[in-house]
Parts: sequence; C-alpha cells; structure tokens
Amino acid sequence: MIRSSKSWQAVAVAAVAGLVLTACGTTEDGGDEGGSGGGGGEAACDLKLAFFGPETGPAAGLGKPIIQGAELAVSQYNEDADCEVELVNYDSQGSPDEAPALATEIAGDESIIGVVGPAFSGESAAAGPIFAEAGVPTVSPSATNPALSENGWDTFHRALGNDATQGPAAAAYIKDTLQAKSTYVIDDASEYGAGLAGIVEEDLGADAVAGSDTIQVGDTDFAATVSKVVDSEADAVFFGGYYAEATILIGQLRQGGFEGTFVVADGVKDPAYLDAGDAAEGTIITCPCIPDTDPAVADFASAYEEEFGEAPGTYAAEAYDAATIFLDGIGDGIGDREAMLEHVNGYDEAGITKQLSFDETGEPADVKVYAYKVEGGEIVSEGEIG
Amino acid sequence: MNFEFFFNNLPGLTLSGLAFGAIYALIALGYTMVYGVLQLINFAHSEVFMYGTFAMLWTVMALGGADANGVELIAILLASLLAAMAMSAVIALVLERVAYRPLIKRNAPRLIALISAIGASFVLAELMGLRDRVAGWVGLDDDLSDYVGKARINNSIAGVVDAPRWEVAGIIVSSIDLLVIFSAVAMMVVVDQFVRRSKLGKGIRATAQDPETASMMGVNPTRTIQMTFLIGGLMAGVAAFLYMLKIETTKFDVGFLLGVKAFTAAVLGGIGNLRGALLGGLVLGVAEIWGSALLGTEWRHVVAFVLLVVILLFRPTGLLGESLGKARA
Amino acid sequence: MSKLKLSLSKLPKPVKIAMWVLLAILAYALPLLEPPFITTPGVDFGGVLFVVTMYMLVALGLNIVVGYAGLLDLGYVGFYAVGAYTAAILTSFHANWPLLFALPIAVLASTISGVLLGAPTLRVRGDYLAIVTLGFGEIIRLVAVNTEWLGERKGISNVARPPSVGGTEGLFEIPHLYWGDGTVLIDTQDTTKFLVFGVLDQIPYYWLGLTVVIIMLFADYLIKNSRVGRAWEATREDEDAAELMGVPTFRFKLLAFATGAFIGGLAGALYASRQNFINPDSFLLLFSILFLAAVVVGGQGNRWGVLVGATLVAYLPQRFREFDDFRVLVFGLALVALAILRPEGLFPPRRTVRAKQLEQELEELEVGTDGEEKAHA
Repeated sequence: MIRSSKSWQAVAVAAVAGLVLTACGTTEDGGDEGGSGGGGGEAACDLKLAFFGPETGPAAGLGKPIIQGAELAVSQYNEDADCEVELVNYDSQGSPDEAPALATEIAGDESIIGVVGPAFSGESAAAGPIFAEAGVPTVSPSATNPALSENGWDTFHRALGNDATQGPAAAAYIKDTLQAKSTYVIDDASEYGAGLAGIVEEDLGADAVAGSDTIQVGDTDFAATVSKVVDSEADAVFFGGYYAEATILIGQLRQGGFEGTFVVADGVKDPAYLDAGDAAEGTIITCPCIPDTDPAVADFASAYEEEFGEAPGTYAAEAYDAATIFLDGIGDGIGDREAMLEHVNGYDEAGITKQLSFDETGEPADVKVYAYKVEGGEIVSEGEIG
Repeated sequence: MNFEFFFNNLPGLTLSGLAFGAIYALIALGYTMVYGVLQLINFAHSEVFMYGTFAMLWTVMALGGADANGVELIAILLASLLAAMAMSAVIALVLERVAYRPLIKRNAPRLIALISAIGASFVLAELMGLRDRVAGWVGLDDDLSDYVGKARINNSIAGVVDAPRWEVAGIIVSSIDLLVIFSAVAMMVVVDQFVRRSKLGKGIRATAQDPETASMMGVNPTRTIQMTFLIGGLMAGVAAFLYMLKIETTKFDVGFLLGVKAFTAAVLGGIGNLRGALLGGLVLGVAEIWGSALLGTEWRHVVAFVLLVVILLFRPTGLLGESLGKARA
Repeated sequence: MSKLKLSLSKLPKPVKIAMWVLLAILAYALPLLEPPFITTPGVDFGGVLFVVTMYMLVALGLNIVVGYAGLLDLGYVGFYAVGAYTAAILTSFHANWPLLFALPIAVLASTISGVLLGAPTLRVRGDYLAIVTLGFGEIIRLVAVNTEWLGERKGISNVARPPSVGGTEGLFEIPHLYWGDGTVLIDTQDTTKFLVFGVLDQIPYYWLGLTVVIIMLFADYLIKNSRVGRAWEATREDEDAAELMGVPTFRFKLLAFATGAFIGGLAGALYASRQNFINPDSFLLLFSILFLAAVVVGGQGNRWGVLVGATLVAYLPQRFREFDDFRVLVFGLALVALAILRPEGLFPPRRTVRAKQLEQELEELEVGTDGEEKAHA
C-alpha cells in the first residue's frame, strides 16, 4: 500500500448502506488520517502499539509472558495518561508463514507507531524487510539470532543481548567460577539454543568440551543424551534451549546419575523451570537481566504478580522494557513513526533488565550478564559475570 | 559415529529404548485395533492419550501425591492409573460417538473420516490448551487455578515418585523402566488373549474380517466398534500413566509427536495386528535410541522414519503383517 | 443447484466464455475492491489471498495424487519444501541466480524427489503409503533443521523476488476501493503499482499466484480428460482390473506422484520468493494435514471443489482472527461438522454423484439388506 502525498481525492461511487454492519478495525485505515482532518494533538490520542508474536499455537506458552509484560507497561501508562494507548495483538503463532501478511497489515495502519516483537527470530526475518520499508520501529523482547541486526534494517532493535553476548559470559563462568574441567554441551536445534551452544562450545575450547548432542524442541525422552553425558564423565553440562525441555532434561540427567553442575541461559529463567523440583537445585542460569535486588525490578515483579497472579515468566521483563521505550515516546508527544524511530534510536534510560540504549545496528549497547542459581526452590542472584 | 560409546553402553541404551518403545506400543494398540475393524486411521487417538496424562496428573495433585509416601503414595498412584484409564476410555468413546459414528452410519468415504478425526484432534488439544479460558466461563478459574493455570505450558509432577534405581553390572537400571516394560507387555498379553478368546473379542475379529457377515451372524456392529474404541482408550490410559511415571511432565500438545510415532510403530509391526503393535513399538523405541547414540540425538526421528520406509520396502505389510481379522484363535 | 447448472450449460458458448472472463477479472480485482465482510480484519487481505492461491495450487497438485490416482499422501509438504529450499539455495544461500532461472530447477528437483520417493514406495498399498509419505515429509524437514548447508533452524534470508515490470514505479498505479459508512470511494492514496514485486504490497504476488493457478487449472483439465486421466481413474477404482486391462498401473501411479510433486515444488518456490525468507517451521507435518483437508473437504477428484476447499482452509482461520485464541478450536469444529454434514466433500465430482444415485436405486431394489458395501476398499 503506497501512499502518495497528493491530497485525498474521493469519488462517491455508490451508497451501500447494508454493508456498514461489518465496518470494523481495519476499514478505517484506508484513508481516515487525511479525510476526517484530525489535528496534531488529537491524532496522538488514537495511537496504538502492536504485539507481534505467538498468542496461539505451539509457542503460545512463550508468547504469554511477553504479551503480559507489554500489557502491564501499557496499563500502567494508561492509568495517568490523558490519552490511552491501545496494545493490539497480532498473533503470528510464532510461525514465519503468518509474518508477511501481518506485518503488511501493521504497516498499513498508521496509528500503530511501534511494535513489541516480533518474538522469534524466524518471524523477525520474514517481517523485518516489511517493517524496515514502512518505517515501523520494532523492539524485540526475545529474538536472539545475531544475523538479524546485520540486515541494515534501521527499524530493528532488540531489548536483549544476542547469543554472541551471553555465550562468552556463560563459557567464562563455567571455566573460571565453576572451574569445570570438562563440559558437555547440549542444544535444542532452535536458533536460540543452537546459536548459544555453538558459541559456548567455541569459547570453552576443544579440550574443555567433553562432547555435544542436539535434541529437538518438543522431545520428552532424553535417555540417549543422558547416557552420553554420564559416559563422558563431564563435570558440567551446558544446555542451550528453553525451559520446557530443560525442566525434563535436568530431571532425567539427575535420575541417570549425573552429579555435576547444570548451566543454562535466559531461556530457562522462568518460574516453570522450578517444576523440576530437587533436580533443579544448584542449576546456574545466566541472564542479561538485572536481579530483583534492584528496587525497580522488584516493583515490576510485584506489579506483574498482582496483575496476572503469577511470577513474571521468560522475557516478560524485556517486553515491559520494549513497551516502555515506546510509551515514553508517546508521553513526550510523539505521534508518528518517523519521530518514534528517532526516539528509539536515541533512547538511553535505565530499564528493568538493563540500561536501554541501542547501537546503530539495533543491538542493546551495554549488556551485562548476571548469574543466577536455583537455591531452595527459588532463582536467586549470584551477581554479575563476564 | 561413536561406536565405542555405543558398545560400552549397549545394555543401558537398549533398556531405555525398550521402555519408551513399550509406551509407543500401548498407544499403537489403539491405532491398530481401530484400523483393524474400521480400516480407519484414528488420528485423534493421540489426544485420547494426552487426556490420560492429565487425568493422572490431576489425580496425583488432588490427592496430595507430593507429600505422600509408602503405601499411601502407591494407593494414590493406583487411583491415578484408574483415573487415566477412565479418562482416556471416555474420550475414546466420545470420539467414536461424535466424530465417527455419524460417518460410519452414512457409509462415508474413509478419507473424510480421517478429516473428521483431524478436526476432532484439533478440538481436543485446543480445549486442553484453553482450559484456563474455559474454566473462566464457568467462573471456576480461581478455584481451579492449580489445575488450569498452566494451560499452554508444561505441567509436571516431578519429585512425587522417587523410584529406586539399581546399578547392575555397571549400568543404572531404573525401576520405572522395568515397570513400564513389564506392564506394557502384560497389558498386551491380556488384550491379545481377550481378543482371541472372549466372545466380544471374537465379535471384534469377525467384524474386522467381514462386517456384513458378522452382523448377519448376530454381532452388533455398533457395539463392537464401541468395544474397539474402549479397549484402545483403556490402553492409551495405561500408556499415559506409565508415560507420566517416566517423563513426569505433560502439555496440551504432547500427544502429537507420540501419536505419530505410535502410528509408525503400528504400521511397522503390521497394522491391524496386536502383536505387531508390541513388536513395532519395541523395535521403534530401540532403533531410536541406538540411532541417537550412534549418529547424535538430532537424527532420532529421521532414524525412525527411515527404518519404517526400509522395512516397508522389504516387508510391504509390516514386520508381522497379519490383520486383526486373520489372527488365529 | 443442479437446475442452475443445467441452465448454465445451455447458454451459448460466447456467453459462457464471457462469464468465465468476468469471473477471472473479479478474482483479479478482489484485493483492490476490498469488499467488506470478505476482507480480513487484522491481517493484510492481499497477503491472505496470496496464501490462498498457494493452497489452491497445492490442492490442485495433491488432488491429482489423492483425488485422481487414489494415493493417500500425508507428506505432501515435503515436495513443497524441496521446491522452496531449491529456490532459496539457488537465489540466495549458495548462489545468486535470478528467480526465473531458479524456478525450473526447483520444480525439476521436486519432481525428481517425487519419482525417487515414489519408485520404491508406490508398490506399498493403501494406508501404508500414507505413513511412508508422512515419514518422507518429516525426514525432509528434520534434515533441513539439522543441516548447516540448508541453514538449520536459522533458515535462509533474502530469497529472490520475482522481477518487477516497469522498474520500481511500475507501469501504472491502480487505486483501491474504500468502503465508508454507506458509501464506496475510490481511494487514490491507496494504490497498487502494476507490476512491482515489492516489499509492502502483497497484491502483485497474489496476481502471480492466481495466474499460475489458472494455468494449472487448464493443464489439469487437459490431463484429466486424456488417456492418462482415464488410466488414473481406472487404477483408483480397481487396480487389479486396470492391470488386467493392460494399464501399467505402477507407471501411471508414479506419473501422478511426479505430477503432484511438480506442482507442489512450484508452489513451494513461489512461496519462498514472496516470503523472502524460509526456515523449517514452514514445512511442519501440520501443513501436509491441512493440504489434505483442503482436498477432501472440497471434494477429492473435483478440481473446483478442491479450490473451494483450499480457500476455506487457508482463508477461514485468517478471516476469523477475532476468535483469537479459539481460532484453531473453531477450525477443528468446522472440519468435524463439514465431515459429518457433507461426507462426500462440499463439491463431490460428478462421477461420485452418479455412483451415489445408482447405489440408492440399487438399495431401493434390494429391500431388506442394509446395502452396506465397502466403498473405496
């Protein structure tokens, strides 16, 4: 949909009264902005943010905390705002198939001036060119593929470190703090898990890696992998993947007789990981996110729990940060995409997870990685690493 | 190829493979029986299994399995086994009534029954994945939050059962693996004997062989079909219970992959053949683990499907290749 | 319905041709008209229509395998994947070919994969074939997931788009309609450039897809009414009888498989080109099932029926986005309801209708028996 700068010429073709019934959401984006002559101040009142990611489908479990994190930011903003901002969910089911049509729709709706997402790297790759072309600023709370920032999309940002920032920190922690002599590296073949595990494996060096194996997302029986780990006599296991598989994997590792340290990354920093019970004790989780000893983080956690009745899950805080960046801009009176993009590119404020500012490729400029440990059925901070 | 590791750990790997294969076999039984009688791929059977895992999970939670020990725990587990079997059986019967019977009655083409099954499978899985919303409609979401809260993520009973493990000749043997293998084989023998010897079983075989003649000889086709679904459902319930003991975790979409694998196992053994289902399940389970050990776990599913293709090329009707109807009495 | 058909068939030929042309124009203009109710809220209409044409293409291909030749294929997405990956590798990942050169190779590769899969497995009968093809589809996907040369999960970006006609501005601009409250306006701000395969406008891709569908419809018509089509029908109805009558059934089944793979690969390559990016998530087993649902729901064996089926399967979940979380649930309910209410599919082929009538007449004659017979056994 290309919009010329010509004034809006309209020709009445027919009056079709009966069809008005169905007028909803999108019919107004055809030409509303010019037609009804909304002035600058008023226009800023109809602003929307979009969430782009899985609301249904197999990845919906990962999408939910992200949606809720963004929702929390928006509802907190709306509490004392003259003009309420609406958060619209564009459900991609986490699939790149759905991405182009959804991104095009967002591009065509000028009232959407920022996108929290896309949640996964696959859909980011499919939707990225469209957002870049339409100038819609995006801040992803969860897409970690390093290649995404190398496409030259000015609109692309992410509120979390990519695999290349967290991997070396995790490897350094395993080498220096844990003093593990040999580490077994497992990944889940996802972009996130495989990317991270690859970097950890490389950083540890061939001598310190006892072996590696790849499971698949959705698998539940890891007997062969467990057998390999035990056979290798490794004293630590690094797993690149999400909490769903990690919870089952650690249980089976412990039952199989593995007694070393289990090291995972931010994809596992979720309350659901504690379902593993005693098996999860002692697990080291690296995460580029500030611990809740910081008052702002603790406030977020308690507000989130009050609103949704559960502790914030994986990437909820990143989503909150991403939405906050846009909301700050709207609060400053920004009403269009161009100004919003400028605002995001130049943003530099303390967020819940980190100092939020982006370099020219859209990567967060300053990422600190922290270690967490599962202790007494809780995820507690171990302080900053690497 | 890591031969050294493979041969050093062969007994342990094989045992794990047999245990998971036994679960495949129990699920496969449902596919194979329905296929034997109706020549229909009961695509929604995976959801029958999935509901069983949740019945087991909820029973353990409701009866306080996390704090129980000894005899009390065993009683709770037995109750959860019965709950899983009951739940799976009910779902299987509902499926038969809602998604299949109207089609069988109208003598519809078989492929449309497959579509109906696929639709039913979506509905059942999504209902479980949306149970928080469904509970919200009736205003029970707060009271039931423990049960419906984690609608779209893993639900776990990890730590409830601390099963003993023994070290025998250098390999760790899990009592659960042994229990799974033993129970599965025992259940298969029971069903096999039931179908061979009981009157109902004979009715099932007769219907599988020739539905028209069977009904003329006084076998009620509707009842026979119900019976088939019931047995498949009960076995899926047992599989669900054993699966939960072994894996301890379930999710609304857990059935899909297991269902595909169990169906593969059924075809591998010879679809429509009860003993084939057992053999197919065990072979598939062991092949997957061996393949994972030798080639890397990423090739696990590829190994399973390649094995299937290869076996069908040499034995076009599966390993045992006998149909339910032709099973000798 | 049948009366309407009868009166339509009595029309003189020029009128009929005019009607077809009108229908085609309407189909091409659909995303420009943006008619209310039909237009999808919350997702780009042109983008959805493109996906609909891809499902149509796939359904036409799968209809040859399932509907004409009677082979149950649960792994059709495998051919789609081979086409898409070949196009992606040749235009972006390992070479820099323009799409038009890569397209024939992609189609060739998927056809060859069809022959390679079919040659050994088509000797396996009936439902065994279903699981073997299912396995094939999964093997293709898993190999892509785990092979670095195929981009693993990360996928392949920057797949070439089709060449634009008339540079970046196109030859001319076509305005869209805007449906206001009770009025219909021509919106000169909202235009589609003819014929630019750009990033933001999905409509040219739809036109491309629709054109390919129409070409395939003609091809399908010709092949169905040829000796090949009759051989497929004979093989499907009774393989042994067909063999006895001198039909080399195996060769014809293989031909059906290869033809299906050809169309599937073409759809995959076009899809990858519009998508600009592919990863293994686009080739899940679920899609094989949806493709099959499109064919069976529409009425296997009837090319118009499967087009309708494809439209329903691809379009309904997008149109009813307001069901939100319940989309998949409602879709499942719809499949069950359709199966029970229209067991022959929405538009069963004429042959099936005739067979049904005959069956009913026979049943009326044979009072007393329940007339149960094994259809398609």
